[in-house]
This record gives sequence, C-alpha cells and structure tokens, in this order.
Amino acid sequence: MSNEFSCQQMTEVVTDYFDEALPPDDHQRFERHLTYCAGCGRYVDQMRETIKQTGTVARDESLPPALRERIVDQFRNWRRT
Amino acid sequence: MHAPEPSNSEAALLAALRRGDENAFIALVDGYGAVMHRVALTFVRSNEVADEVVQEAWLGALRGLDRFEGRSALRTWLLRIVANIARTHAVREARAVPFSALELEHEAGTERAPALPIDRFQGPDAPHPGRWVSFPTPWPAEPDSAVVSAETRDLIADTIARLPDGQRIVITLRDVEGWNSADVCSVLDVSETYQRVLLHRARTKVRAALEDYLTGESP
Repeated sequence: MSNEFSCQQMTEVVTDYFDEALPPDDHQRFERHLTYCAGCGRYVDQMRETIKQTGTVARDESLPPALRERIVDQFRNWRRT
Repeated sequence: MHAPEPSNSEAALLAALRRGDENAFIALVDGYGAVMHRVALTFVRSNEVADEVVQEAWLGALRGLDRFEGRSALRTWLLRIVANIARTHAVREARAVPFSALELEHEAGTERAPALPIDRFQGPDAPHPGRWVSFPTPWPAEPDSAVVSAETRDLIADTIARLPDGQRIVITLRDVEGWNSADVCSVLDVSETYQRVLLHRARTKVRAALEDYLTGESP
C-alpha cells in the first residue's frame, strides 16, 4: 500500500483533483483512497462545501453611476477625436 | 468565465462600436463594467484608484479596438486590459501587490508549509504515518437560517481579505467570480501550476476558518 496516497498527501492534492490536473495514475490513487477512507471523504466534501460557500460572497453587480457617466463622457470625447 | 465565446451579437456590438455607436458602447459598459471594476478592486483595493483604472481600461479598449481580432472572448480581452493597468497603478502606489507572474510564482514557491498542521496526521514513527490522527469533525448540515449564511459569507470575505495578495487574487477570481483556471492564468499571466498552488493554499485557509466557526475547533 506504500504506493497509495496517505491522508496527508490527499489534503495536498485535492485542488489538483478538482481541476482534473492530476496525472492519470494519481487521479486513480485519489479515487481509490476515497473508497476506503471516511476521513478523507469528509475532508474532500468540506473542501467542496468551502468552494460552494465562497461562491456566495457578495459581488457588486453594477458600476457606481458617477463612474459609468464618466466612462460614457470619455467615449464621446474619444469619438470626436 | 460565465460569458460564452464571442457570439454573433457580440460581433454586431463590436461592429457598431467601430462605427462610433454610443448605444453599443453603453451595452458593453453595462455588460462588463461591473466585473472590470471588481477585478480592479482586487488589485488596488482603493475605490478611487479602481475607478481610474476602469476608466483608463475603457479608453485603452477603445484605442485598441482595431487590434482586437476576436481570438479571445471580448470579456477576457477587456479583463486583461484592466489587470495590466491595475498592476501599473499598483506599482505607482508602491503597493506590495504581486504585479508580475514572477512575483506570484515567488509567493507560491515560498509557502512550502503543509496545507494542514502536521499534528493532524500520524508522524513517521506511528503505525500509519500520514494517516489522520482523528477525522475532521463533521460540519452541521447546511444551515438554512439567513442569519447564519450571512455570517458565513462575512467570515469567508474576511478570511480572503487577510490572505497574502496572490492567494487573495486567485481565490477571488476562481471561487468568488467563478472563472476557470485558463482564464485566471491568461488574465494574471501565471502558469496553471502556480495558480493552483496559490488557490489550494487559499482554499485550505478558508476551509480552516469555516471549520473553526462551524465546529468550534481551532483549525
């Protein structure tokens, strides 16, 4: 089993796993480890939850109106040149 | 990024813009202005400077319009312009933001510490080196109270704001903005590998903060 990932190694490569950036052998090692290790299963789920929750952080969906106005004015000047 | 590759309507907007059509310009500003502003704020952090950066970026885009060949998505092109101008401003402000790929790579390379404290795993002389000492504590089922989720969001935003610059910028673009790896690398001019190292550090710290908050354990 020395060829397998340890739990600590699992926690180091989880982002590569999510990005599908692990070499095929390591990808299989990662998934094999998950079949027998509940602790890593939980850890990976918590990383997924972390990403999901991070996606809910508020974002400003519009430009400040004064800035928008300046940008449009700038366009009018640019068009004149 | 959420936007598709250059579409027919985008091509039509660009054609109109090249003819000097103001409505086409406004449509683009309303479509991409907000995300450009958020990206600028990721780099410079001051509202005033971010405003300047975005304004300059639109001027740069107008001047470079003839050079835009539609090989990348319009959105990516605009965001690269913003990122480049924001870096220039950050240099002028002498802020310690990683301006270049090299500096981002330096940050990725210097943090060689393990993602989690090593005492969470059995040591080299233990029966199962590298195995959990005890499993991570389960988190409570998804809280459905609006108060709790608002608190969680604040906690995450706060944790991200205190990360080193490279990690902060990468996790903001990947996980708050939802960009894919290729777009982040293209806008930041950094390799996929280094980008992923920074992202991993950042996510690990956010998870630790959530763990602390949700289970009352120290990370």
